[in-house]
Amino acid sequence: MNTIETLEQKEKKYTKEDFTSDQEVRWCPGCGDYSILAQMRRLLPDLGVKKENVVFVSGIGCSSRFPYYMDTYGLHGIHGRAPALASGIKLANPDLTVFVITGDGDALSIGGNHFIHLCRRNIDVTVLLFNNRIYGLTKGQYSPTSERGKITKSSPYGSLEEPFNPVKMALAAGATFVARSMDRDPKHLEATLLEAARHKGTSFVEIYQNCNIFNDGAFEKYTNIKTRFDNVVYLKNEQEYRFGRENDKHLFWDGHRFRVEEWKATEKPLTHTTDNLPASMEFALAELSELEDFPVPVGVFRKRQAETYDALLTKQIEEVKKSKGQGDLQKLLESGNTWHVD
Amino acid sequence: MSQSTHLDQVTIRFAGDSGDGMQLTGTQFTNTTAMVGNDLSTLPDYPAEIRAPAGTLFGVSGFQLQFSSHEIHTPGDQVDVLVAMNPAALKVNLQHLRDNGIIIANADAFSIRNLKLAGYEQNPLEDGSLEGFQLFSVPITRLTREALVDVAMSSRDKDRSKNFFALGITYWMFSRPLEVTLKWIEEKFAGKPELIEANKKALNAGYSYALATEVFTTTYTVEKAKTAPGTYRKITGNEAVSLGLIVAAEKSGRPLFLGGYPITPASDILHILAKYRHYDVKTFQAEDEIAGVGSAIGASYSGALGVTASSGPGIALKSEFIGYAVMTEIPLVVINVQRGGPSTGLPTKTEQADLFQAFYGRNGEAPLPIVAAKSPADCFQTAMEAAHMAIKFATPVFLLTDGYLANGAEPWLIPDVADIPEIKEPLALAGEEYLPYKRDPKTLARTMAVPGTEGLEHRLGGLEKEDLTGNVSYDPENHHNMVRLRRKKVEKVAGFIPPPDFSGEERGVLLIISWGSTYGTVFSAVEEARKQGRQLSWIHLRWINPLPEMLGKLIHNFKHVLVPEINAGQLVKIIRAEYLVDARGFDRVRGLPLQTHELVEEISSYFEEQ
Ligand code: SF4
Repeated sequence: MNTIETLEQKEKKYTKEDFTSDQEVRWCPGCGDYSILAQMRRLLPDLGVKKENVVFVSGIGCSSRFPYYMDTYGLHGIHGRAPALASGIKLANPDLTVFVITGDGDALSIGGNHFIHLCRRNIDVTVLLFNNRIYGLTKGQYSPTSERGKITKSSPYGSLEEPFNPVKMALAAGATFVARSMDRDPKHLEATLLEAARHKGTSFVEIYQNCNIFNDGAFEKYTNIKTRFDNVVYLKNEQEYRFGRENDKHLFWDGHRFRVEEWKATEKPLTHTTDNLPASMEFALAELSELEDFPVPVGVFRKRQAETYDALLTKQIEEVKKSKGQGDLQKLLESGNTWHVD
Repeated sequence: MSQSTHLDQVTIRFAGDSGDGMQLTGTQFTNTTAMVGNDLSTLPDYPAEIRAPAGTLFGVSGFQLQFSSHEIHTPGDQVDVLVAMNPAALKVNLQHLRDNGIIIANADAFSIRNLKLAGYEQNPLEDGSLEGFQLFSVPITRLTREALVDVAMSSRDKDRSKNFFALGITYWMFSRPLEVTLKWIEEKFAGKPELIEANKKALNAGYSYALATEVFTTTYTVEKAKTAPGTYRKITGNEAVSLGLIVAAEKSGRPLFLGGYPITPASDILHILAKYRHYDVKTFQAEDEIAGVGSAIGASYSGALGVTASSGPGIALKSEFIGYAVMTEIPLVVINVQRGGPSTGLPTKTEQADLFQAFYGRNGEAPLPIVAAKSPADCFQTAMEAAHMAIKFATPVFLLTDGYLANGAEPWLIPDVADIPEIKEPLALAGEEYLPYKRDPKTLARTMAVPGTEGLEHRLGGLEKEDLTGNVSYDPENHHNMVRLRRKKVEKVAGFIPPPDFSGEERGVLLIISWGSTYGTVFSAVEEARKQGRQLSWIHLRWINPLPEMLGKLIHNFKHVLVPEINAGQLVKIIRAEYLVDARGFDRVRGLPLQTHELVEEISSYFEEQ
């Protein structure tokens, strides 16, 4: 970072109040969304971008009220389509810092198509998926991340569907930054979101979010401080896959799959890397959250540098201008065969 | 020796298999005819299948063109010259050929197999059934092969040049120069010398054959049309829309952003605009129709001119987002190149049946301005007007064209860019007092503040807005007020658009009200009826919402009101509801433009009734 930028930031040092809008927050008391909102307001001053250059875009659902509570530019969109709005916003003005706020129903059910194509294109926006494994705003139907057998209003005898694994989807769709965090781990959440926001390209963060009204305790095992350390493995770049209350267990890669083993210091311990993990390991790691007897990985799965769509578009425009010259309207209208009448 | 005859106007139709290159042949004839200085109007008419099975009736692809030494407005009802490359093409198109019309048929294609495929029991070229026509049965395939005997390619490949041979015949027949097409061949097949050679040779051979043999006895000349001075080019509707958008973007200082998804017959707008990166045009081929419009709205929100182009089925998918743009009051141009419906319908055919979709195809009270182009060249002006009103009123605007306008071509007097007015619609600036939903009393439009503007951060969304602040509001009276304001805003557009085309007296027996691409047919029919002494008046609507203020008074001065449309009667219902008059519709929903003579007959019936 050069000195001029740093100076400018100093002048413009915001506090979290600068990002707090005058709208009353209307989530249920105790909802996990509050924590996510608080971390976002806290980290934005550290991101070092002017607040008028920040846009929050959302779809429909409880989480999608988020933009109203941020004193930045914001678009509360329509169900599932935030990535489409965000793509247009970013491509029309690449100087903007764009966030997509979405939920499990919004991103993976009605908006599944937009979500995967956003990841594939690697447009520089940051997606926060509030996963509460339920439809909250419509008062409690099973969602595409609800577990099979879940009893809800729309599945009184149990849901028949296999859930999606959002991290697996984002990895497969080609997002260049993929992470998971939890509403009840505010420090980790703040750090993860900040890292996601700083990443150039499509950044995806799945956030385990408790809906205490319709799906209370869905992530209790991972979020409760008493059980967390036996059930969560924190992913850290260049560090071993160790976990457990006593930090006494780790994930062992046998070349095909992970196994949970007692931690023994070895000469060459397996360490996590976010920029070039082999596809098989990356996928196996993502799959752990679906398996019994395995800890759920929380942290950054992937962080890879790749050209963004927005940068490529800008570059292409410059290149065409260089080879064809800046367009001239009169010439444009007169292109092709013309004839003259006196 | 051949003799030369002057003609005023000619309609020619090229027809063959969808793999025979008939669209290309027709386009070449059109380009040359434009350069010669005739007025012209074209009708490409092709199947939805890219390569329908060869020789079948449904695989026939046609290209019709009327050209004239005076102003014309339609591609012609009846065909004077039919070029039929196979039996199926003859069978499908013979009904359009006038008595004693000319047939140029590729005799080599009238094999037993092809005759059977076309449903002929005997060869019509030989059985005398074409007696009422001037038949020229030419072995085009064989002659093309002979002309290309020295070209190193397979006979299969040589056969592909036979359309150029046919084109050469017609160039001789209508005294057209070969240069435009020769030059085009060189550019089109650059880097493929054998194709350049083959196609040029075939074209020349066709011309020479017609000249040298005494098969054809007459050449025809059609004088230059007397048109306004200036520089002209040939333009299709999709080209004109694209150019209009680029000009509007530059004149408004808002870079063009097109969010689209491939769909017939609108894709060409995406193709054309994708070429103009050096005009700062950003095209985004989205993952679906919904993302196409969503990205366009997002781009507009960031200060671009957001546009999405599609056809009926795609528009249906976009409707939720269009309603969102109504609510958030974000500028957006939605182009519907209408095609035959419902559902997938007739993808390559024309229709005007999406007017109701544009008017009412959204949930809630979601009014928006609607403009329809009247001719291929008019697509330029309507695109600019649509963009201007979208920006001025911060609203989505529908621009309706259709398959006929999109692919049809006509000469266009190229405007001077300097004469096109700027589109000056300000954005809110940093430091201003800003209320997102405060309205300009003249237009009732709100002013946009785009991201990046310091101090004007605000939130928008699809939930009902509080007047002035734009905050979410569930207040009953506020909702009532906002519904009214959104409607009134659209009505205000009437004060900023050109008046409709009107001709005739302000009172009388019959008033015709038309819209969109039927303009040409109605023009010709009105002209014809007036020649027959009918006193009638005609109003052609370009802006359909809001309806022109003058229409309310005018319409009650007539005993009858007739609304011709290529749908089952849509504008006519709006007119009846709006003005409480007994307006009658005239509709033929065949996927083709209306025919002039049918409309003339309909008009006559109103006068005979008296
Ligand atoms: S319904 Fe659930 S997710 Fe929605 S606000 Fe209430 S607690 Fe939060």
